[in-house]
Amino acid sequence: MTTVPETSSFGQRVLHPLPDQLYATVSDLRDEGFLTAVDVTAVDYMAHPGRTDLPADVSPERFEVVVSLHAHQSHERVRLRIQVPVDDPVVPSLFDLFPGTEAMEREVFDLFGITFDGHPDMTRILLPEEWEGHPLRKDVDTGRIPVQFREAPVQR
Amino acid sequence: MRRLPILGDVSRVSDDGLEGLEHNFVTARIEDLVKWSRARSCWPATFGLACCAIEMMATGAAHYDLARYGMEVFRASPRQADLMIVAGRVSQKMAPILRQIYDQMMEPKWVISMGVCASSGGMFNNYAIVQGVDQVVPVDVYAPGCPPGPETLMHAILTLHESIRTGELTRRREANDGGAAIHVEAPLPEDTTEQPVQLGSR
Amino acid sequence: MSSGAPEGTLSDLGSAERVHRRDGSAVLRVGEGEAFELAGDPDNPDDDERMILNMGPSHPSTHGVLRLMLEMEGETVLRTKPVIGYLHTGMEKTGENLSYLQGPTNVTRMDYAAPLFSELAFSLATEKLLGIEVPPRATWIRMLMCELNRVASHLLFQATNGMDLGAVSMMIYGWREREEVLRFFEKVTGLRMNHNYIRPGGVAADLPDGWQDDVRRLLDLIPPRLDEYDTLLTGQPIFRERLQGVGVMTPAEALALSATGPILRSTGYAWDLRRDEPYLAYDQVDFDVLVGTYGDSFDRFAIRLNETRESLRIVEQVLDQMPGGDYRTQDQKVTPPPRARIDDSMEALIHHFKIFTEGFHVPEGEVYVAVESPRGELGCYLVSDGGPNPYRMHIRGPSFVNLQTLPHLMEGGLIADAVAVISSVDPIMGEVDR
Ligand code: SF4
Repeated sequence: MTTVPETSSFGQRVLHPLPDQLYATVSDLRDEGFLTAVDVTAVDYMAHPGRTDLPADVSPERFEVVVSLHAHQSHERVRLRIQVPVDDPVVPSLFDLFPGTEAMEREVFDLFGITFDGHPDMTRILLPEEWEGHPLRKDVDTGRIPVQFREAPVQR
Repeated sequence: MRRLPILGDVSRVSDDGLEGLEHNFVTARIEDLVKWSRARSCWPATFGLACCAIEMMATGAAHYDLARYGMEVFRASPRQADLMIVAGRVSQKMAPILRQIYDQMMEPKWVISMGVCASSGGMFNNYAIVQGVDQVVPVDVYAPGCPPGPETLMHAILTLHESIRTGELTRRREANDGGAAIHVEAPLPEDTTEQPVQLGSR
Repeated sequence: MSSGAPEGTLSDLGSAERVHRRDGSAVLRVGEGEAFELAGDPDNPDDDERMILNMGPSHPSTHGVLRLMLEMEGETVLRTKPVIGYLHTGMEKTGENLSYLQGPTNVTRMDYAAPLFSELAFSLATEKLLGIEVPPRATWIRMLMCELNRVASHLLFQATNGMDLGAVSMMIYGWREREEVLRFFEKVTGLRMNHNYIRPGGVAADLPDGWQDDVRRLLDLIPPRLDEYDTLLTGQPIFRERLQGVGVMTPAEALALSATGPILRSTGYAWDLRRDEPYLAYDQVDFDVLVGTYGDSFDRFAIRLNETRESLRIVEQVLDQMPGGDYRTQDQKVTPPPRARIDDSMEALIHHFKIFTEGFHVPEGEVYVAVESPRGELGCYLVSDGGPNPYRMHIRGPSFVNLQTLPHLMEGGLIADAVAVISSVDPIMGEVDR
């Protein structure tokens, strides 16, 4: 059993594994009865570097992949926050353990550009295939354009 | 006695008017008849995209009963439809498909843009949504609201019927290739002095 | 149908091998260009007879803009690829630019068949970050509205499911009843859909006078109509033939694929967040969690029909137990001062102005809150950096995740059953694509 730093947020268990500890940690958790991967998402902390809720021995990186697991038997939830550096945004895929993470990992890839190693189909899911960039990154603009209306010419 | 087929005895028409005939008739210009029939049997294509589609379906269902206007047949195939109700937000990924479906529809065809999202992007002014479906297809009637209630949609439909009946739409089409000629545009170049109405959300 | 605590482990819920075997083969993972090659050459006699059928995104029975690529052999579906994103709205990005008070306006447009649930998840998450309690009346109002919304959503399912299977009169009946519920919503929230009614700190407005009569009318009106559906559909041989044994799933598969809601329950696994991780005041009302036996489309239909009845049972209890008091918290931080005070107090005016322009600041932190929407677990993951806008707002849409079960449900079935399966999964594309 690998030991990973643990904190708690609003009464919920939060683990902070390194990217290369992720697979082993999740696999241990699955053996403990966490049978469902509820959610996989990510956060880009570029505009909020000084966050305070990380344990001392975890060094903050720009991206953070957040995995939520759920044990129905014991009514427990656990959240894993994995720090992912921007120059090497790769984490192991959890697809082997939980086939249900397939679409969620694709979504994170699509919107953040984080690659999941070992995923069977790492392609864009929400945006068109030829789209450039990853819109949920903080250095990408919302894409707001000023909408302007021109009056219709007077008819008749 | 002079008889004509179908109409019957026509010898006393000059005295009695049309009353003595077995079958009556009306005279009209062929254009008016065509316009009238176009307006009275406008078949919409199912083009539900988002929340507005639910309201569009509600309009077609029992309580609001779109069938009263000869419009209950929502056609799944664009080739059998002549009205496209763009109900909902159009994403960048959907826009080419929207255009393709529009191109597959038979002339004459009309477009109603239902809801603020379809009309101008609505509250979603971001990378994913086309800011106004009139950038993709010419829109004839805009229905405001988020979502427009069934009453609003019906008002839009009746407005459309009215302008088909009066021929206004056909005239407009000749003048500007269709659509209501309201344009949602990308920003003007910096040095332009003319400032159109600007409706940015913030 | 019975209820019971979730029991058993993965091994006795169904064989784990099945998950993996089916998983390798049910999902089609090819791009558009490859699909073209895979489809093969019709003139070549050595061709393996497989073809790729494209369904959607504008197809009458794909519930909006879902697109499916089906690999077929004859009439049999081999592999399926759901292609989504045609309604991608960038709501998570837009949500970062809206204050917490404006947030519900945004999320309510995700699941447009059950908008109040997204508002609820967002509001609960914000309240957790803020550390505020809402008054009991607000909680019970939320419960009342959510359960009615569940009724409306399941009625919508009955209508579209019926229509997809050729029972077109269901379309008329389902909408007819839904309209009654919407009328009550319009009276309370001012809108038929996309209400923006549940907000951080409580609800937007108190229930109108005479709401009890309206709710009682609904309670009298809907159950007999549900019995009508029973007569019309449940016992009808054609309908049963189309649904029974179609799109079967085991509990182990459902758990592995992260499915929740009626899909998970139809496999016999009794899991309902309202009972198992109670939020609001669900621990104070009495209701049953319905489960199926076979995990097929018919079970999913029956669960939704009977859940409508359970929801009405909850509504009845809420009606009797509705407490008095405030409908929103009196915490100065999130609630603007009452209108009357604005006229004679400058501070109140400034306060009011600040709440609606800048918004209130929420302490730094991150939180995940889940509620049981009609489609399954709807979660909201909020990250705050201490500012007035969420730093990151993520919604875990149940439809998005449940959609992954489609290839597995359709594998080996006939193309005609595909429609029945899609409709029994009941995806709402707004929530899938966000
Ligand atoms: S206008 Fe409103 S209701 Fe219509 S699609 Fe847009 S958000 Fe939904």
